[in-house]
Amino acid sequence: MMADLYDVVIVGGGPAGLSAAYSAYENGAKKILVLERDRELGGILQQCIHNGFGLHHFKQELTGPGYAGRCIDLIKDKPEIETLVDTMVLEVHPDKTILAVNPKRGVFTVQGKAVVLTMGCRERTRGAIRIPGERPAGVFTAGAAQRMVNMEGYLPGKKIVILGSGDIGLIMARRMTLEGCKVVADLEICPFSNGLTRNIVQCLKDYNIPLYLSHTITKIHGKDRVTGVTVAKVDEKMRPIAGTEFELECDTLLLSVGLIPENELSRGLGLELNRLTRGPVVDQHRQTSQPGFFAAGNVVHVHDLVDFVSDEADIAGKFAAQEAAGTLAPAVKSVEVEAVSGIRTCVPQRLHLPAEGEPVRFFMRAAAPDRKVTLEVKCGGEVLFTRPLPVVKPSEMIAVDLPAAKTALMKEKITVGLKPKEA
Amino acid sequence: MKFVKECDVVVIGGGITGTAILRELSKYDLKAVLVEKESDLAIGTTKANSAICHAGFDAPVGSMKAKTNVRGNALYHQLKDELHLDIKWCGSLVVATNEEEKATLNELLERGRVNGVPDLKILSREEVLAQEPNLTTAVAALWAPTAGVMWPFGCAIAFAQCAVQNGAEELRNCAVTGFIKEDGRITGVNTTWGVIKTKYVINAAGIYADAIARLAGDDSFTIKPRKGEYILFDKTASSSLVYGVAFPCPTKKSKGILVCTTTHGNTFIGPNANDQEDREDTSVTLEGMDQIINSAKKLVPKLPLGDSITLFAGLRAVSSTGDFVLGASPKVKGLFNAAGIQSPGLSAAPAVAEVIVEALGQEMPLHKKADFKAELPETKLFNELDGSGKAAAIRQDERYGRVICRCETVTEGDIVAAIKAPCGAYTLDGVKRRTRAGMGRCQGGFCGPRVTQILARELGIPVPEVLKERQGSEMYYAKFTAKEEK
Repeated sequence: MMADLYDVVIVGGGPAGLSAAYSAYENGAKKILVLERDRELGGILQQCIHNGFGLHHFKQELTGPGYAGRCIDLIKDKPEIETLVDTMVLEVHPDKTILAVNPKRGVFTVQGKAVVLTMGCRERTRGAIRIPGERPAGVFTAGAAQRMVNMEGYLPGKKIVILGSGDIGLIMARRMTLEGCKVVADLEICPFSNGLTRNIVQCLKDYNIPLYLSHTITKIHGKDRVTGVTVAKVDEKMRPIAGTEFELECDTLLLSVGLIPENELSRGLGLELNRLTRGPVVDQHRQTSQPGFFAAGNVVHVHDLVDFVSDEADIAGKFAAQEAAGTLAPAVKSVEVEAVSGIRTCVPQRLHLPAEGEPVRFFMRAAAPDRKVTLEVKCGGEVLFTRPLPVVKPSEMIAVDLPAAKTALMKEKITVGLKPKEA
Repeated sequence: MKFVKECDVVVIGGGITGTAILRELSKYDLKAVLVEKESDLAIGTTKANSAICHAGFDAPVGSMKAKTNVRGNALYHQLKDELHLDIKWCGSLVVATNEEEKATLNELLERGRVNGVPDLKILSREEVLAQEPNLTTAVAALWAPTAGVMWPFGCAIAFAQCAVQNGAEELRNCAVTGFIKEDGRITGVNTTWGVIKTKYVINAAGIYADAIARLAGDDSFTIKPRKGEYILFDKTASSSLVYGVAFPCPTKKSKGILVCTTTHGNTFIGPNANDQEDREDTSVTLEGMDQIINSAKKLVPKLPLGDSITLFAGLRAVSSTGDFVLGASPKVKGLFNAAGIQSPGLSAAPAVAEVIVEALGQEMPLHKKADFKAELPETKLFNELDGSGKAAAIRQDERYGRVICRCETVTEGDIVAAIKAPCGAYTLDGVKRRTRAGMGRCQGGFCGPRVTQILARELGIPVPEVLKERQGSEMYYAKFTAKEEK
C-alpha cells in the first residue's frame, strides 16, 4: 500500500503542532497533515481555562481554550492543511513514514517530506519521585485532576494537599478553591518555588494557602482513599529530617513535580536526546539529529509560556516547509552549544550556520535562583555577547536573541553561562 | 440470613491458589463456587510479588514447597498454551559475588537436583556477563533454564475463566462471615451475600487463611504477614538493569532482593522481607526503599533510579509450620486448607490444586467430566495483534481504533472487552490488570479519567461510583452544588 505523501506531517495537535502547521503553510507548504491523539485539537490548553496566555504571541490576554481557538482559527478552512483527531501515532520511521490508528481509518500509513514532532510532555508521577506510603485512590497528577474538573465536570477530591509548586499545581490550588474545595497546603521540596511568581501570588497568597518550602511528603495514608499525608522538612540534600514530621489530613494529593518531554517516538527513531532537557537535540531551525525531522515545543524542552512554544513551532514549521520544498539552505559550519556555570539547559544545542551567520534566539534555564548576574556567550575563551540579567529563576525561561553579526563569529563550539557576580 | 445457593465445594479466596483449585475442581462432576471478599480476583498476595515461575531448587528437600514448585513449573509449561498465559521462559540466575557465595551455588545446585529440577548449571563470570552485562559484580551464577516470569493476575483470571467455562462460579465482594456445622461437619458458609450450602470448603484465603480456619474451628496453624517492597522501572531502563531474573545468594528468610524483568519488559528491584502484625498494611517505606536499593546495588551497581515508575508492597502469608499447609483439616470435617502459600506459591499453584483435589477425592467420589474444556478462547489485546489483525479488529469494532492508554497502546475496544469478559473487571485497577491501561510510564495520568468514564458507561453507574479497587476507593466526586458551597 502506498502511503499518502504530504509536504509536512506534524505529530501532535497542541499549540506547537498547530503553530507549526500554520507556519509551514505560510512558508509555502502545500500539503500539511496534523495528527492529534485527543478528541479535539488544542492539546493541554483546552483544560487550562484560566487566563494569562497569548500576551507575547497574540498580543492579547487569552484563556487556554481561547489561545487554542486562535491557533485553530488560523488553520481551519485551509485546503492545504488536513487535521485528524482521535488519531494515535504508533510508529515513526526514518524514511518519514508514520503508522497511525484511528477508529474511522483503522491502521494507516502516511509519509512526509518533512516531519515535525510536537508531542508535548507528560507529568512526573508519584512513582518517579518515589513517595512512600499506601496506594489509595486520590493521588493524581495536577494536570490529570485539571482535566477531570475543567473538562469532564468531576472533582478529584474535596480536601487537598499539593506537592510541588509547578505552575499546574499552583493553578489547581486556585481552581479547587474556587470549586468549593479546601486546599490545605502546597509543599515544595526545593528552598524556592518552581512556578511563575505571578502564579504564587495569584493562586496561593490571594487565597491564604500556605506554601511550605523545603518540605516533602514521607508517607501517604489511607488504604482505599487518601486520608492524609505525613510531611517532613528536608535538609540541603533534600532528605527528610527526622523529628520534623507533621500530619496533614486530606482526601486528595495532587502532584505538580515536573514535566517530562514525551519522546518515546523520538527514541524509537533513534534521535539524539539531551540528558537534561530530555528532548531531542535540535539546531536553530529545530531540526533534530536526523535530517528532515524537526521538533518544537514541550517535546524539545518544557516551556513555561505557551507563547514561546508557538514561537519555537513557527521556526520548526518554516524550516520543515523549506526542507519539503528542497530550499533549506546548506550550512557551512556546525557549532555546538554548551550550557555552563549557572545555566542548566540551552536550546538550540547546535547551530548550522551560513558564512554570514543568522539571527538565533537562545532559550535557557538557570540552575538556581540568582540576582544581578550577566549572561555570557563565549567562543574559545573570547566573550562574544553579554546581557545583564537582574533576576534569574529556574522556573522562568531566559530568552535572548543573538544577531547574525554575532553568530557569524562562532566557531565549532560556544558556551553560554552566567558570569558570577563581582565580589 | 437469606439463602443464596447450594453447591458441593466452596473455595474461599480468589488468588492464584483459589482460582487454580477452582479450575482443577471444574474438571469433575460437581458444583464449585469461589467466594472472594474483594472487588476483583488476584488482589491479595497474587497482586504484589516477584511474579516468577521458580525452577524449584530453593525449597527444602522433601517439603511440599519443593514438590509443588517443581510440579507446578512443569504444569505451567503446558497451561501456557491451553490458557494463553503470559509467561516468558527466560531462566533465572542466582548470582555469587564472592568465593564464599560460590559454595552456596553448589549447595543450591545439589538441592535442585534432589528436588528434580532439570538442567541446572553453574556459569562462569564471563558467561554471566555475556547474558547480563550489568551484573558487573558477579563471580559466578547458578543458571536454571526452566524458570520464567509470569503475569500473575492474568494467570489467576485465566484459571477462573477456565473454571467458569466449565460450570464453576465466582462471586466477588462476597466475604465469609461464618460457618454452619452439623455434628461437627461443615454444611454451609455464611457470607455477606447470604448462606451458601455446601459439603466441603477449601480455604485458600491467603493472608487471612488462619482467621478463616479459626472461624471454622481449626486452630492448627497461624499465618504471619511478611511484607516485601518493590520498585518498578520503565521499559526503557531494562538495558541498564537485566533482561532476565537475577537473584542474589539466598538468606534463611528469603531468596533475597533481586533484579528482575517482567513479562512486558519492565524491570523491578525487590523484595525485602519484614515481618509485621498488620494484615492490611501494604505501605512502602523510606527505610524499605533504601534497603532494596542498597541490596540491588550489590548486583547492579548503577541503578537507573530516575526511571522508576511505581512502588508497591505485598504481604506473603508465612505459616507457623514452615511449609505450605495443604490438605484436610485435622480439626474440622469438610474443611481443606491450602494455606501458608508464600513463595513459591505462584509457581506451585497448579500443583497445589492437584494436591487439594486429590485430598478431596479421599472424602468424596470424584468423576471426571467427559466434556471438560481445557482451552480458553484466545483473546489478544490490540497491541499484541499483527497489522492485519489490528485492521480486522477495528473493522469489526471501531473502538479498537481509539487508543486510550498511550503508554501501553491500549484501546477502548480492549477496555470494553476486559469489562465484558467472563470474570470481567469492575474497577479501574481491574481494567489495568487485564489490559495494562495505566501501567505505563505516566501511570494513568492521561488514561485514568477516560478509563473511569468507560467503566461508568459500561457498568451503568455514575462516574463518582467508579472504584479504583476496593469499596471506599472512589476516584472522583460530584461537584458541589451552589447550595452546598454556602
